[in-house]
Amino acid sequence: MSRYVIIGNGTASVGAIEGIRSVDKTGSITVISEEDRPAYCRPLISYYLEGKTKLENIGMRGADYYSDSAAELLCGRKAVGIDADRRTVALDDGEVLPYDRLCVCTGSSPFVPPFEGLGTVEKQFTFMTLDSALGIEKSIDAASRVLIVGAGLIGLKCAEGLTGRVASVTVCDLADRVLSSILDADCAALMQRHLEEHGMEFLLGDSAVRFDGNTAYMRSGRTVGFDVLILAVGVRANTSLISGIGGEVNRGIVVDERMATSVDGIFAAGDCAEGFDASSGGKRVLAILPNAYMQGHAAGVNMAGGSEVFDKGIPMNSIGFFGLHAMSAGVYEGEMYEERTDTSIKRLFTKDGLLKGFILIGRSERAGIYTSMIREKIPLSSVDFELLKRSATTAAFPPESRRKMFGGAV
Amino acid sequence: MKRVYVNEEWCLGCRLCEYNCAFANSGLSDMVLALKDKPVFPRIHVEGDEKITYAVSCRHCEDPVCVKSCIAGALSKENGVIKADPDRCVGCLTCVLVCPYGALAPGENGVMLKCELCLENSCGEPACVKGCPNRAIVYEERGETA
Repeated sequence: MSRYVIIGNGTASVGAIEGIRSVDKTGSITVISEEDRPAYCRPLISYYLEGKTKLENIGMRGADYYSDSAAELLCGRKAVGIDADRRTVALDDGEVLPYDRLCVCTGSSPFVPPFEGLGTVEKQFTFMTLDSALGIEKSIDAASRVLIVGAGLIGLKCAEGLTGRVASVTVCDLADRVLSSILDADCAALMQRHLEEHGMEFLLGDSAVRFDGNTAYMRSGRTVGFDVLILAVGVRANTSLISGIGGEVNRGIVVDERMATSVDGIFAAGDCAEGFDASSGGKRVLAILPNAYMQGHAAGVNMAGGSEVFDKGIPMNSIGFFGLHAMSAGVYEGEMYEERTDTSIKRLFTKDGLLKGFILIGRSERAGIYTSMIREKIPLSSVDFELLKRSATTAAFPPESRRKMFGGAV
Repeated sequence: MKRVYVNEEWCLGCRLCEYNCAFANSGLSDMVLALKDKPVFPRIHVEGDEKITYAVSCRHCEDPVCVKSCIAGALSKENGVIKADPDRCVGCLTCVLVCPYGALAPGENGVMLKCELCLENSCGEPACVKGCPNRAIVYEERGETA
């Protein structure tokens, strides 16, 4: 009987459990979870702050998930080392777990720059875990002034969740625009205006350099008073378990299309892993939830002796703020097709006869048709792109493609 | 399993399927009360142009990318049917971003509405099929790919 060990208990871990069980119903599965709770939907922590979901709805799977999956969950425990020769994982309490196949799903951690005087700030948080959301919730009241360092996906979702619950939310970022990892300047400007209309304040191209108690001293010379500080500067993949045994690590743990690391018997998946990006052709950490699940699932199948390749990961995001949705995918290279109104933007990027990327703000209808064009590398010459660029519709596909899509089981 | 299929040669583009869908899922017993003077949020949508029309609803994929991608655990597959849990959906639209068929759209309050084959609503069988005047939409078993 095979022994499977999974380090980490997020989305990739659940994918790995389900991948293993799709092949091997009897092998033992042990999941090591640093957080003291079953797997939950991590992106929902901002929706929890916002009051759009409840704690009882935040679990990723049902109450009996681990027992139904015959997986043992070790909560509140941390893997501190791997012995790849003996095939064992050492835990922080001294226990040593043997494995035949191991999956590292350790995710990422908030990166906290060494700000001067950060230790003098009484109420400071990062925003990556349910515990951090619950801690923030305890520390705020209707009079709180919140300063968020970082106008990326995490910082802004936190800001949205807090808007309306506190007196003010100010977001600063060294970048000159919001959501700089997914939006170009024009799209970011549209979103920023929308966020400002809903009460957020921004200090862009500026960041805190020093803290003293409840005051942030900014690079621009300004000072910002706050009651609660949230640090959302960025994240770093948790790779040390693999780098510690000489495995190949770049920005993330390098994996092949079967999610195998360079170390025999060890797989990696999710935000800690650096896999293939089908849109750029290179390797990249694709720290998004769908990717984590699919990588985890592929890892699990391969760990259990099956065969599953995951080589269709692309960067993509769907994120809404106060009712305005921004979707993005792929890379923004090549020729741009644009449609704009005061409240929406569509930008499609084409190169080498392929759709390579898009940004859609306030235009989300059937966006998955565009996403699949990128993911599946469908040649523009095989579709009516004049129609498709105006409207994401399968009507732009040839009848025989539509027959395949809609005429039988898929 | 039985799924909803459309024959685009027979589709008239009349959009009755959209209205029958919205009515069947309204929870109301009177079609006028359910639909008149209200924005309609069907789970099937007629697409096409002046030459060809066809109705698109969830394909209930064997390997559903929407379920794998849902950030809220709101989409699940039960007995082959992909279901959306409105209490869990937070309206992030990630499923819209990944569905290659363009089969998903949010409802009035921003949470996802999707075809669940009418198996649990007042119609009990796909209302789009039942009401299609030209039998362009059918509910039947076709070859499984798996």
